[in-house]
Amino acid sequence: MTNALELKNISVIYGEGTPFRKAALNNINTSFPKGEITGIIGHTGSGKSTLASLLNGLSKPTEGEVLLFGENIWAKPKEMVKIRSRVGLVFQYPEYQLFDETVESDISFGPKNMGLPDDEIKKRVKLASEFCGLSEKELKRSPFELSGGQKRRVAIAGVLAMQPEVLVLDEPAAGLDPKGREEILGGLTEYKNIYGTTLIIISHSMEDIANYADNILVMKDGEVYMQGGVHEIFMQAEKLFDAKLDLPQITKLFIELKKRNLCENTDVYTVGYAKKEIEKAITSK
Amino acid sequence: MLKDVTFGQYYPGNSLLHRTDPRIKLIILVEYLVLVLVAESELAALTSLAFTGFLIAVSGVRFSVLIKSAKPLIFVLAFTAIVNLFFTVGEGEPLVSFYFIKIYQSGIRNAVMMLLRLLSLVLGTSVLISFTTSPLELTDAIESVLSPLKKIKVPVHEFAMMMSIALRFIPTLIEETNKIISAQKARCADFESGNLLKRLKALIPILIPLFVSAVRRAEELADAMECRCYHGGEGRTKLKVMKSDAKDYVFLVTVTLITVAVFFLNRLTWSEVVGFCADIF
Ligand SMILES: Nc1ncnc2c1ncn2[C@@H]1O[C@H](COP(=O)(O)OP(=O)(O)O)[C@@H](O)[C@H]1O
Ligand SMILES: [Mg+2]
Repeated sequence: MTNALELKNISVIYGEGTPFRKAALNNINTSFPKGEITGIIGHTGSGKSTLASLLNGLSKPTEGEVLLFGENIWAKPKEMVKIRSRVGLVFQYPEYQLFDETVESDISFGPKNMGLPDDEIKKRVKLASEFCGLSEKELKRSPFELSGGQKRRVAIAGVLAMQPEVLVLDEPAAGLDPKGREEILGGLTEYKNIYGTTLIIISHSMEDIANYADNILVMKDGEVYMQGGVHEIFMQAEKLFDAKLDLPQITKLFIELKKRNLCENTDVYTVGYAKKEIEKAITSK
Repeated sequence: MLKDVTFGQYYPGNSLLHRTDPRIKLIILVEYLVLVLVAESELAALTSLAFTGFLIAVSGVRFSVLIKSAKPLIFVLAFTAIVNLFFTVGEGEPLVSFYFIKIYQSGIRNAVMMLLRLLSLVLGTSVLISFTTSPLELTDAIESVLSPLKKIKVPVHEFAMMMSIALRFIPTLIEETNKIISAQKARCADFESGNLLKRLKALIPILIPLFVSAVRRAEELADAMECRCYHGGEGRTKLKVMKSDAKDYVFLVTVTLITVAVFFLNRLTWSEVVGFCADIF
């Protein structure tokens, strides 16, 4: 299995040499497998956003290397634009970056900057907006008259339209209603399954991580605290609680059920799987 | 780190200048400006220089910090000095005469005076106000000092409120600008290459979101203030009540005396001073 991105001995220190010196990341070593979804969790201030901004070269690590398919992204700083088109980054609350007259032209901004021909841009805009759940009608509207959730979709589509090989999303579903979350994250997963894109999703929702991620990276105080498959991480409930994190609600329900001898398994992380387990328990009774 | 630095250069501390009532400091500032600008004779200039030195010493601001803050002004200072040096036409023979360049003794004097005066103005006002008064103290003081103008219907409170809100939001907007720049860079935006027109155009994706969010913030803030029953300055009390004590008055009187003294020193010549001293002893 190849790694899309690899971080080697990464440290990031803000305000070096001032009284405000702060080590945001401390000797990070990790990797993100190609074509899979890696979820990053961690309490507020644990360095998730700082990590995200390293991945497409927006900020330079104080120490260490970022490897994109084995190549150091800082090897040719002049070609950083190329790196940024290969690693798409959607910031926290990306709806505040919209600026153009219509949704369509706003989504075209990225592909245009990449210097793509017009018909290719059109194709990409159409594709990206489909996966983000935007209709033809909405493409013609002004981004400023849309609802918060729709603006978020436009912003995500704006990065998706660049068709990056790796897509990093910083809390893409924060503050959205459940249906909106599902549509956005579901759409991205679907896109990934078709195009083999590597997804890295930062989230505070254990449910979202359980539903969509293949691997989990747990951050704590600027360090990699845990790393592994979804099952492997959620099995270690105590350790997660120590990092001020939580389990999916449904998992906690099954832990309680097991205490009362109503079921055997506690490795239940999604509602869909829980349904099957419960049905099995009922029929066997 | 922009987040942690309030706008301006406030340098937290507990020196005499930090503890002086900001209203008194404002009045002292006016006197200080008069003092520095009026000082013409050597004696007066020396007095004003000494007083500036006193202010710097008593502010507790580190000298290296001060120098750093004055650095951007080097060009202006140098320019003023050079203009004064070369373009003052004095009496008598020029000291140096080289083609069209003529330097007179009075030119040198003017250049030195101007340089010291500007430097005093910059350093003196920074230690008196910027370094030792937090922006909030300053707006409160301005509101208080200007409050007599309320009688003639000048909206003093509103101006002070606008000023403190503006000061409060400068770091927020800087942070916001950085975020938007990063977001557009992530979409391969290029701000660095191309001709002037292209670069100006590249600013649109930054400026529009910035304006939109500034307006949004303003609306939110207005709503939040109204929800908390803000209704203007009438009958509003302050969290920090400004108090003047004996030390403030002593400071004020001293500065007033020095200012008056400078007016007299301007008229005095060296021989008069020597004669005056001889009379005493
Ligand atoms: N631009 C910055 N300057 C200084 N410190 C920062 C900056 N950005 C983040 N930090 C600090 O770095 C730490 C990690 O922040 P961040 O990566 O935003 O965490 P998270 O996204 O996990 O909440 C925090 O303690 C934060 O205060
Ligand atoms: Mg964050």
